Amino acid sequence: METAEPHSWTQRVRDAIDRQLPIDHLLPTRQPYYVGSWVYVFGVVTIAALLWVVASGVVLAFMGPQWWHDSGLGHFVNSIHFWSVQLFFIFMVLHLWGQYFMAGWRHGRAATWAIGVVIFGVSILTAFTGYLSQQNFDSQFIGVNAKDAMNAGGVGAFFNVLNFGQMYGLHIMLLPIGVTILIVLHIVMVRARGVVKPIDPEGGARS
Amino acid sequence: MKPMGATQDEYYRGVRTVPYDLVKELSIAVGAVGIVVLLVAALLSSPNVPSVTIAAWAQNDPVDFVTTATGELAGTTTSAGYGNPYNTNGPGQKWGPIAPQTWLGTRIPIDSADTFVIQPLNRIAINNADLATALDTWRKTGSDQQGKWTDAYTKALATATAKDGKVVVADGDYGPLPTMMASLLEMGQSGALDGLLQINGRFYQTDYTPALLFMGDGGYLSGQAQTWNLLGNQWGMMNETGKYPGQTWLWLYTAWYQVPPFTSSNGFLGVNSSNADLVIVILMTVLTAALAAVPLIPILRDIPRWIPIHRLIWRDYYSPKRPSPVPETPDPALAQRGPS
Repeated sequence: METAEPHSWTQRVRDAIDRQLPIDHLLPTRQPYYVGSWVYVFGVVTIAALLWVVASGVVLAFMGPQWWHDSGLGHFVNSIHFWSVQLFFIFMVLHLWGQYFMAGWRHGRAATWAIGVVIFGVSILTAFTGYLSQQNFDSQFIGVNAKDAMNAGGVGAFFNVLNFGQMYGLHIMLLPIGVTILIVLHIVMVRARGVVKPIDPEGGARS
Repeated sequence: MKPMGATQDEYYRGVRTVPYDLVKELSIAVGAVGIVVLLVAALLSSPNVPSVTIAAWAQNDPVDFVTTATGELAGTTTSAGYGNPYNTNGPGQKWGPIAPQTWLGTRIPIDSADTFVIQPLNRIAINNADLATALDTWRKTGSDQQGKWTDAYTKALATATAKDGKVVVADGDYGPLPTMMASLLEMGQSGALDGLLQINGRFYQTDYTPALLFMGDGGYLSGQAQTWNLLGNQWGMMNETGKYPGQTWLWLYTAWYQVPPFTSSNGFLGVNSSNADLVIVILMTVLTAALAAVPLIPILRDIPRWIPIHRLIWRDYYSPKRPSPVPETPDPALAQRGPS
């Protein structure tokens, strides 16, 4: 049987995790009774849609950017990718509005809210690079049209929307990794503090 | 500082808990969303209007193609006078002292006349003596005379017609331009210019900047875009070809382009249509930062309390038959860890 090693770095990390996010907080089997509202489902279905986005995206990335233009199966996988992205954004916006009207940032959860907004922003950037990577008329004109805003803001000097290689690399690798890491962080923050209590009729949104 | 685990235990102390299966919920959600996605994908497919080629442009609208190429030589096209990051021929957008386009310099150098017209023509002049002579004449002529030729040719192109794929203009003194443009048009129509502008002297290539800038200078690409409602003044950035949803989450960003002062030439507080991109980017950055900072902003953070949507969300909690907050079934985990 394993014994505690107080001078072990591994032991210290394990103890810290256990203190900050014990497993029964990370994966609880019980929740406060007010978590029964349907609004809480929006967060879960956002993650579900993201899993379909990633799964279909992995297939598209493996087969290469030309595949879905030339094959019926490829076009179907692209359609799965396209619609799961649409659902991902619909659910994420519903989750955002739901959390806004629940004032989900109360009781020390402001950072969780802020990370959520960052996820929304990085997701928009990820989708934008996806639209630019389609290699069809839409991506052509979005690139030609969007370059002016990018250039005017100075971003265009490093983020060239007319450079397919750069947009494709960002879309299938760096930005999805960023979204995933941020979502994991967001979930850990939610689980570490728990779901916020309802707004107290007496105490206001800040209570 | 108290560990987070203890903080949560204290936060929930006295709150009734009920069984809740997160993993089961996520599994059902993945299945349900999957069914919806697969059905919609099978029934509605997804948009994929083929890309426009330079060859299609030169074949379908040779007058626009030649007018654009002449404009590149005259320095009158969008890309020729753009400014950074492509060149220093334009001031770039600025708002008062804010000018990031200028600050970041020429990072993607493009000489429109050379890249889109002269270099491609040089490549085929090897087998075309008339073209080689025309190019030699162009090079040895001063910029004043070049300007006179491009001015005269541009005016003539305004009433030009296309016949058998060639551009017919009224007689005039256009110097070597008709020969040069006829060759470039032929090259464009054959598809050779697509390749030349894309490979840009290399074999492997994934950067389409020169070809897209050249096409963006013409009217053909934007004409096609207009039929799909993709232009900026048609809420284009959030639209998609066909009847498919586009980037609808960009609605607010796109909306600014439809209203004054961003549509106005006179503007307000130095904001007008000429620097709309810059100011809208700044505005959206500020609004996004404000959204992230809502918990710190009075009024914005108080609205959820004033508008009682939360009473619908937490109906059970606020109902007159509010369940007792005392745990009817103690959470075993809480009981085990005890007070901190």
